[in-house]
Amino acid sequence: MSNKEKHWQKTKGHMIMTLCLWAFFSMVIFLFGYEINGMSFLGYPLAYYMTAQGSLLAFVIIIFWFANKQEKIDEEFGFGEKED
Amino acid sequence: MFKGGFIQNLPKIYGLYTGGFLVFILMMAIAEQAGVTAKTIGILFVAFTVAIYALIGYLSRTVQVDAYYLAGRQVPTVFNGMATAADWMSGASFVALAGGVYFGGYSYMAFLVGWTGGYVLVSTLLAPYLRKFGCYTVPDFIGTRYGGNGVRFCAVLVLVLASFTYVTAQINATGTIAARALGIPFEAGVWVGLVSILLCSMLGGMRAVTWTQVAQYIVLIVAYLIPVFWISNKIGAGVFPHLMLGDEVARITQLEGQFGLVKNSAADVKAAGVPGGLKSIAVAHAGVGAGGMAVWKYISLAICMMVGTASLPHILMRYFTTPSVKSARKSVAWSLFFIFLLYSSAPMLATLSKISLMDPNLPTGIIGKSIADVQSIEWVKQWSSQKQVFIADFNGDGILQLNEWFMRTGVVVLATPEVAGLPYVISGLVAAGGMAAAMSTADGLVLAISNALSHDVYYNMIDPKADVRKRLIVARVLLIVVGAAGAYIASMRITSILGAVAWAFDFAMSGLFFPLVLGVWWKRATREGAIAGMLSGLAAGTAYLIYVYPKFMGNPAWLGIDHLRFGLIGAPVCLVVMVVVSLMTKAPDAATQRMVDEVRVPSGKAILGRAH
Repeated sequence: MSNKEKHWQKTKGHMIMTLCLWAFFSMVIFLFGYEINGMSFLGYPLAYYMTAQGSLLAFVIIIFWFANKQEKIDEEFGFGEKED
Repeated sequence: MFKGGFIQNLPKIYGLYTGGFLVFILMMAIAEQAGVTAKTIGILFVAFTVAIYALIGYLSRTVQVDAYYLAGRQVPTVFNGMATAADWMSGASFVALAGGVYFGGYSYMAFLVGWTGGYVLVSTLLAPYLRKFGCYTVPDFIGTRYGGNGVRFCAVLVLVLASFTYVTAQINATGTIAARALGIPFEAGVWVGLVSILLCSMLGGMRAVTWTQVAQYIVLIVAYLIPVFWISNKIGAGVFPHLMLGDEVARITQLEGQFGLVKNSAADVKAAGVPGGLKSIAVAHAGVGAGGMAVWKYISLAICMMVGTASLPHILMRYFTTPSVKSARKSVAWSLFFIFLLYSSAPMLATLSKISLMDPNLPTGIIGKSIADVQSIEWVKQWSSQKQVFIADFNGDGILQLNEWFMRTGVVVLATPEVAGLPYVISGLVAAGGMAAAMSTADGLVLAISNALSHDVYYNMIDPKADVRKRLIVARVLLIVVGAAGAYIASMRITSILGAVAWAFDFAMSGLFFPLVLGVWWKRATREGAIAGMLSGLAAGTAYLIYVYPKFMGNPAWLGIDHLRFGLIGAPVCLVVMVVVSLMTKAPDAATQRMVDEVRVPSGKAILGRAH
């Protein structure tokens, strides 16, 4: 497998991993909205907290994490960009 | 004091700007104490901020193609994040989001998740690759990747349909705010709004829009956060509302039990003469509906908004302006961070607004008080006269019940500072913030449409030999035409027919999401597949919208997929047709395959040159 193909394999894996996290915070937890709303976080009912703030914050963190890790993957295979 | 170029000095320049804006707010506060009327303060706030944006627009004028279309590809990561956030958060987000949460509760907050979660798709699937491609517009990518003017034109079609649905609502919002702040009729307000929008974009294109959007973001976020923090501290709810309103949410749930959540019948509401568009609280603040349908309704709305976000051209094109692929990726993260600051505050504002009105222990509480007393409160009088709030004594006991108090959704943002007894200067600030939000989104949309028409239709299809001067003149003329068309439609006040902002997301996801994503992620995708996918997705989505929307055919929704969610019909049709047709046609040639390979690595030259 060429260097480019290996890089793309790893990029795809990272994309799928990121989208799994995304699916968890955007859909999976809200499948159980009714069930988890009895629990509490910071004094808020849990499902209310997640839709008002928690999932939103999770998305911000996920994208920063995604961008940093993807940069490392690019550099590992010699595709990192030089600063211009 | 400024060494080096404009870009190196950006933090200093916008730091000074923010400081200057805060000083302006203080001066207004002093003027209010000195007896300047509320109306004058409102006018000064809107006029002063709009003048600043126009100045930035003038200073960013350009005669270069790559500056006009891409802001010269030198917008730093964090600033592009701010510009995208302003581009994203519309007048509706600013004025109506908190109101939506106030009346709609948990199920409405699917919008919050949808309008933020979509950025994960933008960063993983699209933004870095489109940046590497080096396109000027979204149809530019589709046209080059799949090859040919036919496919380019289909992409322009979807772009115009989605963006135009959105832009009339924005111009409508600028008109409403300008009319209220300046004390002029709505129709005149729309045209004032249009002129302000064009002042920001016409001379400098993307470059001017970028730097005004950064300025507008600063105004709108200051205008949103100051009232939230101030009210929270004033009523003793907590120093940092986002972390400390748990008790207030619990108290609201308790008060809902005490007052009772009653859904008024449509006949009662009509008989009492409640003005159209006003609502009473009938949904629990923090409760979650049980059952599979409630879950599906929530998740399906979130999916539509997320996938739509990742397909809206005016957002995607912001990431064409960064200096590199990795800065495009980081920039998505910063965009969402800046959006998060406002979106996470909207439910807090809704909570504070609700508790201010509902809690009888607070001096601002009105529910459970005598109607005669409530009607003599100054802000109630004023907002009633504008038909923004209404009291209907259904049971005739002279006491205001929870279901007898009606408000328009925008009132939650616009009136809460007054309700909580904040000085008028804050209301002026909120008006300036709403104007900034509506203008910045309208600018991005008008530019997305006119750039697609000037670059893709005029330059690529009609006159590929046109010189730079001619191209930029055409681009500016189209900008005015598109803006004027939007303003004309907005001034006819038929937005209720044009439907919801959510439609823009559904149109975009029906026609553009899969052609964009598969263009990067599936080498086998062909031109014929893309054309068939875009057209059939758009047709299926639109047909279903007509089938289900109450004002058109009004048929019962299939599996709960109502008119806000018609993208759930369009996008799968687009995907299936695109895959089937692609597999039936000849695979793309070696040159196209190589191009896709090149797009997938960040280093190296862009596919399309700096000027093309």
